[in-house]
Amino acid sequence: MSIHIPTSLDDALALLHELPQVQLLAGGTDFMVEVNFNKHDVHDVVALRRVTELQQWHHDETTNTVTIGAGVVYAEMEHGELATLFPALAEAARTVGSPQIRAAGTLGGNLGTCSPAGDGLPVLFALDAVVNLASHRGTRSLPIGEFMLGPKRNALAQDELVVSISMKTNSGWQGYAKVGTRNAMVISVASASLVLDTVSGTARIALGSVGPTIIRCTQAEQWLQTHYDISARKDLDEAIATEFGLRVSQESRPIDDHRSTAQYRRHAVGVLAKRLLQRGCVQ
Amino acid sequence: MRTMSETQIYSLRVNGKLREVTDAWLGESLLYVLRERLGLPGSKGACEQGECGSCTVVMDGAAVCSCLVLAASAVGADITTIEGLTDGALTDVQQAFIDEGAVQCGFCTPGLIVAVHHLLDNTPKPSEMEVKEALSGNICRCTGYGRIFAAVTRVIDQRAQQ
Amino acid sequence: MSTSVVRTRRDTLGTSALRPDGGAKVQGSFAFSSDVWADNMLWGATLRSPHPYARIISIDTSEAIKIAGVETVLTAEDVPGKLTYGLIDSDQPVFASGVVRYMGEPVAAVAADHPETCRRALAAIRVEYEVLEPHVNPEDSISGSVPPIHPNGNLLRHQRIVCGDTSVTGPVMVECEYEIGMQDQAFLGLEAALAIPDSDGGGLEMIVATQWLHEDRKQIALCLGLPEENIRLTLGGVGGAFGAREDISLQVHASLLALRTGRPIKMQYSREESFFGHVHRHPAKIWVRHHASNDGMILKIEARMVFDGGAYASTSAAVLINAVTHIQGPYRCANAIVDGFAARTNNPPCGAMRGFGVVQACFAHESQMDKLAQACGLSPVEIRLRNAMRTGDRLITGQPVESVAPVERCIRETDAIALPPQMTSSPHELSLPGGSGRTADRSHIVRGIGWGVSIKNLMYSETFDDYATARCRLDNGVVTLKFATSEVGQGFVTLAPQIARSVLGVDTVIVDPMDTTIGSAGSTSASRQTWMSGGAVDGACRLVRERLFEHVAQQHNLDPLQLEIDDTDIIDTRGTLRISVSKASAGVAFEETFEHHHRPTEDLDENGQGNCHVAFAFVAHRAVVDVDTELGLVKVVQIATAQDVGRALNPLSVLGQIEGGIAQGLGLAVMEEILMVNGIVKNPSFTDYLLPTALDAPDVVAILIEEPDPQAPLGAKGVGEPPCISVTPAIAAAIRDATGRAITRVPVRPSDICL
Repeated sequence: MSIHIPTSLDDALALLHELPQVQLLAGGTDFMVEVNFNKHDVHDVVALRRVTELQQWHHDETTNTVTIGAGVVYAEMEHGELATLFPALAEAARTVGSPQIRAAGTLGGNLGTCSPAGDGLPVLFALDAVVNLASHRGTRSLPIGEFMLGPKRNALAQDELVVSISMKTNSGWQGYAKVGTRNAMVISVASASLVLDTVSGTARIALGSVGPTIIRCTQAEQWLQTHYDISARKDLDEAIATEFGLRVSQESRPIDDHRSTAQYRRHAVGVLAKRLLQRGCVQ
Repeated sequence: MRTMSETQIYSLRVNGKLREVTDAWLGESLLYVLRERLGLPGSKGACEQGECGSCTVVMDGAAVCSCLVLAASAVGADITTIEGLTDGALTDVQQAFIDEGAVQCGFCTPGLIVAVHHLLDNTPKPSEMEVKEALSGNICRCTGYGRIFAAVTRVIDQRAQQ
Repeated sequence: MSTSVVRTRRDTLGTSALRPDGGAKVQGSFAFSSDVWADNMLWGATLRSPHPYARIISIDTSEAIKIAGVETVLTAEDVPGKLTYGLIDSDQPVFASGVVRYMGEPVAAVAADHPETCRRALAAIRVEYEVLEPHVNPEDSISGSVPPIHPNGNLLRHQRIVCGDTSVTGPVMVECEYEIGMQDQAFLGLEAALAIPDSDGGGLEMIVATQWLHEDRKQIALCLGLPEENIRLTLGGVGGAFGAREDISLQVHASLLALRTGRPIKMQYSREESFFGHVHRHPAKIWVRHHASNDGMILKIEARMVFDGGAYASTSAAVLINAVTHIQGPYRCANAIVDGFAARTNNPPCGAMRGFGVVQACFAHESQMDKLAQACGLSPVEIRLRNAMRTGDRLITGQPVESVAPVERCIRETDAIALPPQMTSSPHELSLPGGSGRTADRSHIVRGIGWGVSIKNLMYSETFDDYATARCRLDNGVVTLKFATSEVGQGFVTLAPQIARSVLGVDTVIVDPMDTTIGSAGSTSASRQTWMSGGAVDGACRLVRERLFEHVAQQHNLDPLQLEIDDTDIIDTRGTLRISVSKASAGVAFEETFEHHHRPTEDLDENGQGNCHVAFAFVAHRAVVDVDTELGLVKVVQIATAQDVGRALNPLSVLGQIEGGIAQGLGLAVMEEILMVNGIVKNPSFTDYLLPTALDAPDVVAILIEEPDPQAPLGAKGVGEPPCISVTPAIAAAIRDATGRAITRVPVRPSDICL
């Protein structure tokens, strides 16, 4: 059993290649819970907190693409320039755990864990994020829908790690909402992120905690695009908003568990979708 | 790059001093190491999941749950615990907690004191909601938070007058 | 000759004296029971059953004991004394033998050099179970339709109350069945103890967080087969209790490991283990029918209640009695027929939690009062005022309420508290239900107001003589107090010196460690310590004062009956002497021990008649909530309360109890529940057992009603439990007001509101 603290991406990738059973450690907010609860034996841990390439983000204004390093913590996404570029991500980040968790938890960690309840993930899906991976063999990028395969299952190869995610900024509006039975520090019972792009006239809506993975409601999106002028975002009819909510909820695949019932979750995402749309179209 | 195997010695910078950790199992959390190896039992463990804030320490300027930090991975970081907030005299936050009755059983208190100091160091005049949000990761089961808010308000007012 | 001296405020009774352990607590240097270590110490850990009901076919510890660093592995066959323990019935095994009856029941324990070694050892113990179908329906236990889970049978207690004329009916009848879910005390300071064996193996010392040192000692001694005086307990710092430390958890296990290994043993529970390691609040179903006149006067109450006591008896029998005897609420009622059952099931054992059976009864009776109000066209305030109990009125057990009973005043003064301002048109997003989840906008929110009023007994009941002991020593102007009272955060260590300062006129008061070298103080529960341990400290200080006055009188040739304490002096009331207490006690030491007993109580007869309680306290709560009616999310905005405290001996401490109790009642109302499916606990963690955070806390506006109770030694009533009792139905009523939903259970789930 050993712990390694690389300071460069190349060193990290070399370790992933050399060691047989690597456990990647970013903020520890998932990994350490499992260690503390004896769900993992600890083998070879590669701690990523000093890998500088992972802690940065940059905005390529020529392509309108923002690339956020997998090690950027949620607290950084809540304020400042990143929050201005991606308000929905800032809203989602604000709901992650507690302030202490937000100071340590990372997008890369959330992607690694790949839980459908991961708070930032619906936003990434609604923004058609691309996940950038690297191994000693090179780099590759996957659309997020091809990266997240199922509950706690992702497309990472054994020697790969998530370097960053890339998303295009959008002109229009974006928002996020999450249902929990307490006013802070709560695992999502149902969540949704809506992105309205006025340039392309499109809507993208993604749901969390209501399926084995994050659900993009492509049918509801198409319906909305044909029944409402998203580019103008004017005079949203209550009936349109209600119907949109209904269609979104029909695309959800929630289950019963100790946190909530399928019936409630299905109802809740419909309400969230409607309200997000109304919020997005307020003049 | 640092590599450590099962029970090597490593050092952590805690409360301004470099402290050696020997004979540790490398899977230990920072909370465990502080309490069991470094003689700093002020940080408390009440959930081991980051859901209660009793173990809050400041690491490289961020208030984090020490139960979720793999101790050996914190090599090189600057760590401040409740014990490191002062050299002896009570801080204004600590005194305010006593004066306002914000301490009952006291188990949540060290984590809260660290969190309040961190908040006020970064946001000297937080609004009521900013205070509540900043402390939303620290659970108190005894006080219902009323006296805690009163203590924080007292410190904010006192510091504003200085 | 008298002199007048300008003094700063002394921390006497009635002042908000600050807690003496506050300095250590804010610095992190206060030693909780988890903050004690010993040289040569080993760690202990417990193996628990994953099944709610199973036969144990075999236990093989051979692999575990081989692991390097493991010193011993113990099971039921290693218990030298009594194999079972319990607060009322000793029906609970130290280690399961032959059968496990609840998920989490202890099966074995290990001692090893590191918690990780312990974990590996536990994983290596091979237990072969024959899994059985668990019995989790208390009605089956009552009807006898399932075989006994335990040789003592499946009915833990049945109590009937028959009062007045049971044939009476009323023109107005309202009835409903109410359900209360299983709440957990969830104190933060996890269970922990350090057991240090004597070198001859004939006894041990233990530092432990508990509510009652002497009861722990008694049970440990019995299970170890050792005399009580060889078991020496010292109170370690307690990180909250709320009832969960009344029963034994790790005490006997740690003792056994210590005696077997001959080394100090430290045991501490994780949060997950803690959920399994202590009792919970009884989940209950309570059917009530109220009969009333057209103008809302209660004529008769009928009720049937079923409390699920789980696998072992704990204090279920006493919890049930509290519930059945409080079902009328703080209201006059001449006729009643009530049946209460506490049943044994394969759910986790339930026992004491702040409120002790009255929480459940109160949710039922307060929900009923609102139904009555509606049926009679009265407001929630009016229906309660019309029926409000007064001093001298009787419970349905026939017991006259001799305590001061300012019920009307509690209601009126709560009603007079200003409501919070209406929500603005653009409220802060965190003040909306849903908080940072941004689920709602202003237009989705409806506000509701609801009421709850309660009566709560103080001290133990049904002939239990839960006395308290204290010793006072005055030596050269310094007082030292000794008592075994468990300080769990409530502030008795603050109050006791206040008493001494008032009675003896000294300022410097030392509190000795709490341990078993002095007599019992009884349990820190039942809102009893201010009354009982306060009474003991007061009694001991008064005896010392008598001795002091005799001494001074003799020295100055005065009549001791003419002497008085005036601030920090002794004066002769005829004005010829003024001498400071420190001067008067120079060179002499007086020490007295006092036992405070409350008046005796009675058993209930087969019709539930008898003066079984000691005294009562009252409180009213008004809740204002904001509800997102489409998503069913709730934000409690304000709790207004007027509480009957008798006398506020430390107003700051009292306020702390009120605000803290309200938070716990809020938790039961909207978010706290141990979720059980067929005996399996689904949420033994803080991820899914939700406690109120700083963003869930309402504004609390509290009025202290001080009508000193002549029975109480210091005029003060207990204040710990009332705040968490009627606040829960007040919040439920406010949700009903906002939504029109029936809300017949707590905790209220979002789907109860919106689906």
